[in-house]
Amino acid sequence: METEALSGLERFAQTFLNWEVLVKYAPSILAGVGVTVWLSVLIILVGMTLGTLLACLRAYRVGPLSFLIVVFADVFRALPPLVVILLVFFGLPNAGIYLSAFMVLFVVLTLILAAFAEEILWAGITSVDKGQWEAARSTGLGFTQTLGYVILPQAMRLAIPPLTNRAIAITKMTALGTVIGVPDILNQATTAQSFSGNASPLLLAALAYVLLFLPFVIMSRWLERRYSWKKA
Amino acid sequence: MDQLIEQFFNIEIMIAAWPTILRGLWMTLAICAVVIPMGLLGGLFAALGMLSQNRALRWATVGFVDFFRAIPPLVLLIFVYSGLPFAGLRLSPFAAVAIAFLLNNSAYYGEIFRAGIGSVGTGQTEAARSTGLGASQTMAYVVLPQAVRNVLPDLISNTIEVVKLTSLASVVSLAEMLYAADMARSVTYSASPLVLAAGIYLVILWPLVRLVSRFERRIAH
Repeated sequence: METEALSGLERFAQTFLNWEVLVKYAPSILAGVGVTVWLSVLIILVGMTLGTLLACLRAYRVGPLSFLIVVFADVFRALPPLVVILLVFFGLPNAGIYLSAFMVLFVVLTLILAAFAEEILWAGITSVDKGQWEAARSTGLGFTQTLGYVILPQAMRLAIPPLTNRAIAITKMTALGTVIGVPDILNQATTAQSFSGNASPLLLAALAYVLLFLPFVIMSRWLERRYSWKKA
Repeated sequence: MDQLIEQFFNIEIMIAAWPTILRGLWMTLAICAVVIPMGLLGGLFAALGMLSQNRALRWATVGFVDFFRAIPPLVLLIFVYSGLPFAGLRLSPFAAVAIAFLLNNSAYYGEIFRAGIGSVGTGQTEAARSTGLGASQTMAYVVLPQAVRNVLPDLISNTIEVVKLTSLASVVSLAEMLYAADMARSVTYSASPLVLAAGIYLVILWPLVRLVSRFERRIAH
């Protein structure tokens, strides 16, 4: 009885923690970590910048422009990312536009992050008291200066926790690149799994994601407490 | 321009693909009908665990929630679907989707419920307890209704994410809407079926997205 249980446990270890397989495929998964990290950094930098820019543009309240920004933000918040990724990846070549899988994933996820960032920052901008605008303008600051030096910093404070959560959720979506062949962590792991006939690479990949993202999840928990308004 | 329209908005192809995509839509709705209630229930338990007096239980649930917030849902789904068979546990695509999403959604809904319950003042609990209600009665009849109201926008927002997430089921060959549309694409060499599917997602989710934005603005003022 006892030996059977032991062999069962051994079999489990052989399948999920196979040292030989782990050593053999660790370098390719590490290369995947590089791709995932690089993509995530690019998406956050460009997506956040674009989202902030759009929220600021919306503050000028130019009718048609605001309308276009709202439509953009709504569409990219409503569509499932994988639908957009497949649409762009398989649709554009037939329209004569050729992008690599990496570029497709980068462009799509950046636009999605920009859409969410715009909405979050816009909610922040509108929540800043009107008196702040009036006071700043009466000291002689122009509209753009008021927006940049007075309103945006206050809007940011309110926006930081939801922005962090959204950035984590969207950079996690880099795993969707697997479907179109971006050599990210998940892609390397599924390839390794089918070559080795062993589940260890998948477990290693899951571990890599947890190591990458857990610090940010814990940080978001801390930020939420740090930036929450004092309860009355 | 004609080529663009031909590629993305070919009406004939859309009509031909419609029955397939409609069947996919039903499967998408079936997945939603299973994973949304399961996620809400799992999230409620996760929230109660995170707010428990028992330190071990509290830490264990916070660990559970953070772990599943750190793992991409697709990684979880592929692990459940193609990793677990190595351990002798072979699941149907639907069961794999249900399990993976239960874990993922419980974590996200759990965070929202926890914030909601935390937003209800302790005076409410004290008052309810002093009228003779038990601890679980107080939670169910006094605290939770107020908590849900306070975090309703977040609950709706997360539910939108869950509906969008069901499209991942296509990766494990569950014939939901994206899978159906992508099948039609590979047969017709046209992106039009994908455009049609995207249109259906928009019709379903755009009103909810608007609603959330409206809510957020009302709270801001």
